[in-house]
Formats: sequence, structure tokens, C-alpha cells
Amino acid sequence: MENKPLYSVAATFDDVNKLIKAVDKVNEAGYTIYDVHSPYPIHGMPKAMKLKPSKLGFVTLIFGLSGAIFAFLFMYWVNVIDYPLIVGGKPFYQLPAYIPVMFEVTVLSASVFTIVWMLFIMFKFPNLSHPLLDTDYMKKVSVDRYGISIQAKDELFDLVKVKEFLKELGAEEVFEIYFKVDELKDKPKIFDKKFISFLALTTVIVSGITYFILNHLLFMSPFNWMHEQFRVDPQTTTTVFKDNFGMRNPVAGTVARGHLPYPFKGNPADAEKFLVNPLIPTKQVLELGKQKYLTFCSPCHGNFGEGDSRLRGQFPNPPTLHSDKLRNMKDGGIYHIITDGQNVMPSYASQITEEERWAIVHYIRVLQRSLNPKESDLR
Amino acid sequence: MRTIDYSIEPPVVEQNPSLSSINESIAKPLETKPTKGWYIAISISLTMLLIGAVSLGWTFYKGVGVWGVNQPVGWGFDIVNFVFWVGIGHAGTLISAILFLLRQRWRTSIARFAEAMTIFAVMCAGIFPAIHTGRPWLDGYLFPYPNQHALWVNFTSPLLWDVFAVSTYFTVSLVFWYIGLIPDLAALRDRTTNKIKKVVYSILSLGWRHSNRHWQHYEMAYLILAGFATPLVLSVHTIVSFDFAVSIMPGWHTTIFPPYFVAGAVFSGFAMVQNVLIIIRKVFKIEHIITLDTLEKMNKVMLATGMMVGYAYGMEFFIAWYSGNPIEQFVFLNRALGPYAWSYWIMVSCNVLFTQLFWFRKIRRSIPVMFVIAVLVNVGMWFERFVIVVTSLSRDYLPSSWGMYIPTIYDFGILIGSFGLFFTLIFLFIRTLPVVSIAEVKAVLPNSQPSHGGHN
Ligand code: HEC
Repeated sequence: MENKPLYSVAATFDDVNKLIKAVDKVNEAGYTIYDVHSPYPIHGMPKAMKLKPSKLGFVTLIFGLSGAIFAFLFMYWVNVIDYPLIVGGKPFYQLPAYIPVMFEVTVLSASVFTIVWMLFIMFKFPNLSHPLLDTDYMKKVSVDRYGISIQAKDELFDLVKVKEFLKELGAEEVFEIYFKVDELKDKPKIFDKKFISFLALTTVIVSGITYFILNHLLFMSPFNWMHEQFRVDPQTTTTVFKDNFGMRNPVAGTVARGHLPYPFKGNPADAEKFLVNPLIPTKQVLELGKQKYLTFCSPCHGNFGEGDSRLRGQFPNPPTLHSDKLRNMKDGGIYHIITDGQNVMPSYASQITEEERWAIVHYIRVLQRSLNPKESDLR
Repeated sequence: MRTIDYSIEPPVVEQNPSLSSINESIAKPLETKPTKGWYIAISISLTMLLIGAVSLGWTFYKGVGVWGVNQPVGWGFDIVNFVFWVGIGHAGTLISAILFLLRQRWRTSIARFAEAMTIFAVMCAGIFPAIHTGRPWLDGYLFPYPNQHALWVNFTSPLLWDVFAVSTYFTVSLVFWYIGLIPDLAALRDRTTNKIKKVVYSILSLGWRHSNRHWQHYEMAYLILAGFATPLVLSVHTIVSFDFAVSIMPGWHTTIFPPYFVAGAVFSGFAMVQNVLIIIRKVFKIEHIITLDTLEKMNKVMLATGMMVGYAYGMEFFIAWYSGNPIEQFVFLNRALGPYAWSYWIMVSCNVLFTQLFWFRKIRRSIPVMFVIAVLVNVGMWFERFVIVVTSLSRDYLPSSWGMYIPTIYDFGILIGSFGLFFTLIFLFIRTLPVVSIAEVKAVLPNSQPSHGGHN
């Protein structure tokens, strides 16, 4: 009995009015470290216990405001700075459209943090080893009794006197409440074998599941990113057409747009003579030409057309594009080389559209003039 | 003639039960073996849930093409059910928050249950927008997080507001509900003799000790939450209505939508709460806690909100005419007389006509009659959403793009499944947690508060 430290002396009452009177008396007697327990909140009890009004509202205010400000700044940053995207012709910054989300975030952060603050910071929950828990006293006050518990920590505390005092107040029963020593001693051990193996097992299971989901499940039907579709793939059969061919020939006697047969095949002279560049060298055209040149031509001809191939002898090096021959060649001639190829240089007709070919020609002219500028360019 | 003294508030519970008997009667269903009736009920609801699961599995496998949605009606049962369930959810927060702020003490006996219903209904609702995206396993993209596409969501879209509104609503309702449960879980903890239950209740109640130093903050927190939940509940259905009202579809693009949706939500929610409560109080013999007076008050709320909804129906027609916009006028005539007229008239008769019976005190207090009326209200409210979604989409501006919407069995399967989920959760809830707030009911019992009241 002696080695158990005393937590408090508690008494139960069977009537609220008695309780309120008793609390007043406890206050008068000068006890300060005490608590009142009841199965439901009692009107006027905070006043009787001389408690200061709850300051929880400030927590709500702070977290609510920060929620609102955070939501606003975040949306502003997303819509105006990080990812400006015109939607419906509206401005990037549009306060009215931010209000719903701001409101929701305010409510969310205010209410969740109020509760979290109250439970975990003010009440220091979860606290399952409190001496009051699991006592007969607690079992009474959680049903139909009202209780006062005066803690041993109180300056005026004296076991015998307090017991007497509570009985005088009309207490029904008086309890001595002790700390649970074994629970106090029982500190959780992090390096406990059981705990470590539990952690290890959880890690293995969680990472296994994650690996499975990300690398396998997402590639299985129906999660497979719409890989399987009701469409006809090239080289497959179909029941839609009578001949069961998935790929179709053009209708007899027709030519698809952009696919006119090239009339100057093997005839560079005529190509140079008759073909005229339909594009004007505008900024856009030159940009397009540059992009296509760098993509398709530069590996062999070099970024500036000087014949400095990046292919390290895997393919015969082409001549420079700055030769007099090429500078004097008409646009149609270069166009022909791209379309039809020349000796070992293959045709690029299947990769580069007609328009892009003409744009490349313009770009080659730019390259040429940058090495051999005209008089007028120097001025 | 009977005279009623309106200056005295009638007691919330009848028969003046003792404090301990409240614990007894509310904890009883958690401590006894389930009855045969419960097993039958849950097997029916699980069957419904299974039907839903199968339909949903098939939808996942094949894609949303198995539903009836197509051009021009791209929003079918999925969105109808979503709005319906979110609406059902509204009664809970209304009862627990708004009536709390208005100091309606009769709410105490039904608040817990209504809150639980809110949570379950929002869960049912949440399924629909998620599956309606077609590939619900990618729904994470609905939330703004720094993803590998370097893409952000469109914060100016009502559909995104909806994501925020519904998820906030769910979280806050859950917190509200849990906060209310803590003292009751503690009471159960102190009561139970079963070891496993004791551990579970102890963990869930976090070590609550019924301390008045805690009660003081607790009540403040409850007040704050109620204060936030009130505008929240109004905002949620407002934002749901923005999904429609912010678009330019005829019949959707109206400013009456937010209040009209909120009133309708409360209306259907109360009907659902009333229906389920009637069964619960009977089965668990807690008629003295959930009293006939409480049910009558709920019927009055239904009468009021039903008339608001009726007013909105009328006002929509008036505005269509008054606007002078021929397309708007056509849409409303088409609702009442077009190919979906049957659904329109189901809606009007269930929502507006039958509820007028609640003017009679006899009917307000007759359990079978009010049960039937409330069922009809929910049928009507489901059809209201059907009318709004389908009629506008099926016949909009261009007659060349008109088309009919015919739901498939998978649509019905998923609808049945959502009811299955809802009732399964309810049946599990009534066996695992106290359906009535023990602490709150005790606080409103006669003689439970100090009589001199000087401290108030
Ligand atoms: C696979 C490497 C390769 C690529 C890619 C390539 N070429 Fe060539 N190109 C050659 C070679 C090799 C020659 C020399 C052919 C010969 O022997 O006449 C050549 C010759 C030429 C000539 C004629 C030069 C002259 O002096 O006769 C022109 C013009 C030309 N290429 C333009 C282009 C353009 C424009 C592209 C981009 C669409 C391109 N080439 C892409 C390898 C390439």
C-alpha cells in the first residue's frame, strides 16, 4: 500500500445541485488542483470552478486565417506564376473563382486543427495510463454520479482532512486513487525485438505492394493506361471490311492530299528549273526550317552545314553546304536533293513534308549567308 | 379544445428515464447478440452491395461505355446519384450543427444518427464522381499535388470546387462525429466487461475522463465546429449546384440553383433520417428517447423545405417565361410535356403535393403515413436530379444533336449497390457504436442541470 503513490482523493455525489454546492465549498476551502467529473457537461460548472473562458477560439482563428491565406497564395502562384493557362478567355488572376476553394480550405484547416489542438495539445491525449482511468470512481461518474477529485499535488492536501472534508460535503462514497506503478514503469522500448520485426515486416509488405502496384498492376487490364482499345491496328485483320484487311488501299484514281507523285524523279535539272519556293522566309518559316534541319540534316551535314558529320565515319562525310555550287543553285535544286536524295544521300520525302522541305531550304540559305555575307549585310 | 403552453419547452425524452437507464438502453444493442431481423436486414443490404460491386467491376473492366451515357447525355445516373447522396448527407450536419446553434434541444436524440448518416451518404456520393471519371484509379490527379506531369488542377472550375467541397465536408463531418463520440466511447469503455472491446473503446476514446476542465473546452470546440459546419453545409450543395449553374446549358444556368439545391438537400436528408429512425427506434425500443414529438418536428421541417422546393419549381418556370429567352422557355416546357414528362410529374407530385399532407397534425403524428410520405419524398428528390440532369442535356440548343438517355442494367446495378453500401454501413453502425449520444441526452434530461441556474 505504501509504495503506491497517491494521485488524489475523489468523492461521488448523486445530485447536480449538491455537486455545485460542494464545488463552491472546495473553492472556499482554497483547493486549486482539483477536478470535477460528470457524465455530461454541466451548465455553470466552469464558473463554479472559476475556470477562465476557453481560448480555443484563438487557435481556430489562427488556423482558419492561415488556411485562407495559404489557399489564396497557392492558387495565385499556380494560376499566375507556375502554370498560367488561359481558360475560357478569363484572366489568370480571378479572385471570385478562388473564393470557393479558399472557403473550403479555411473551414477544413480551422476545424481540423481546432480539434487536433484541443485533443492532443491541450488535453495531452491519448493518455491511457492516467490514474483515474479504470477506477471504480470513473465507472460511476461515467454513468450517473458526479465526482470531485482533489489531487495530492495540492498545497493544502492532507489525506485524512480531505476525506473528512468531502464526507462533510455530502459525498456518497470517497475513493483513494493511486498511480498505477507498473504502468508508470512500463516504458515502451523501441529496440524491442518484437517491435523491430514488426517494423521490418511492415516495410517489406508496404514496399512489396507498392512495387507490385506501380510496376505490374498498372499494366494489367483494366488498369493498363488504355493500351487495349477497340481499334484496328496496322497489319491486323478486321471484320469491318469485306476483304478483312485492316489496312486500306486508296480508292482507285484518287490521290491523297499532300501526296502528289513527285514529277522530277531522277531529273535534278528540271527540278531546279521549274520548282519555285512557295514560302517567304518569315521568322516562323525559318524557325521551322531550323528545327527540321537540326533534326534531320545536322547529324551528317553538321549544325552549320560545314560537312562536319557527327557520325564518326559510320557514313561518308558529305561536302560542305557553303560551296559555290550550292550557293548558286536555285532553291528547287536543293529541294530536289532532299526529296530525291543524291548518290549516297537518301531521300527524305517520307519523313519531311513538302512545306518543311522548303523551310529547310530557306534555312540553308541563312546558314550560307552567315558565312559568306553580302555587302549589304555587313553594313 | 386542448391548449398548449408554448412558453414551456416540452421534454426531449419521455417517461423521465434515469441517467443509468440511458446508458442501458443505448448500449444494449452493442452488448446483445444481433437478432434474426438484423441478420435478414444485413444480408439484404449486402446482396444489394454485391450487385453494385459486380456492376462496378464490369464497368471498370469494360469502361463507362457499359452505362447508358453517350452523346448528348454525358451525365447520367452517375451524377444523378452523386447529387442525390450528397443531398441526403445534408440533414445530418443540419441537425447537428444548425439546430445546435439555434438551440433546438430536440436534436440531441437524433443528432448522432443523422451525423453517421451524413458520413455514409457522403461516402456513397463520393463513389460516383470517382467512377464517372472512367479510370478511377487515376483520381489522385483531381487533387493539386506536384505530379510528374508538372500539371496543376484548374482552380477556377466548379468541378474542382466540388472536389474540395465534398472532401472538406466529409472530413469535417467525420471529425464532428468523432468528437461527439469520444465521451460516449469513454462511457462504453467504463461499462464493458469484454477485454477486446475494452481495448478498442479505450483507444478510440483516447483516455477521456469526463473531466469538467475538459468539458469546458469540449463544448467550445463543439460550438466552433457547429459554427463552421453551418456555412460548410450550405456551401457544399451550393457548389454542387455550381456544377450546373456555372455552365451555359439551358435549364442549368440559373441563379436560383444554390438555394434551391440546399433546400432540396435538407428536404431529402430529413426524409431519409426520418425513415431510418422510425425503424431504429422500433427495433431497439428507444421510442422514449427518439420521441414522436421529434419525428413530428422533422415532418414540419420537411413540409417547410418541400414548399421551398415547390417554390423553386414554380420560379424556374416564371423566370423562363419572364426572361423572354425562347430556349429557356422550351427547356421548361419540354420538362413538363416532353419525352421525360413522366419523371417531371413524379418529381412534382412526390415533392410538392404529397408533403402537403403534413399540414394535418394527425398525419404528422401517424408513423406509417409519414414513413410512406418520406419514402416518396426521396423518390421525388431522386427524380428531381434526374429531371435536371437528363432533360437539359438531352435537348439543348441544337435539335440536330438531341438524343435520348436510356440507362442500362449496370446503371441500375450501381444505384442499388449504393443503397446497399449505405444500409450495410448503417446496420454495422447500429451494432458497433451508440446510435444516440449518451452524454447529450443526459444533459437535456429533466433535473440533470443545476436547478437554481444562477451560474448560467
Ligand atoms: C545520312 C547522312 C545525311 C543526311 C542526314 C543528310 N545528308 Fe545531305 N548529303 C549527304 C551526303 C553523304 C552527301 C554527298 C552526296 C554525294 O556524294 O553527292 C549529301 C549531299 C547533300 C547536298 C548536295 C551537296 C553537294 O555539294 O552536292 C545537299 C544540298 C544536301 N545533302 C542537303 C541535305 C539536307 C537539306 C538534309 C536534311 C534534310 C540532308 N542533306 C541530310 C549525307 C546526308
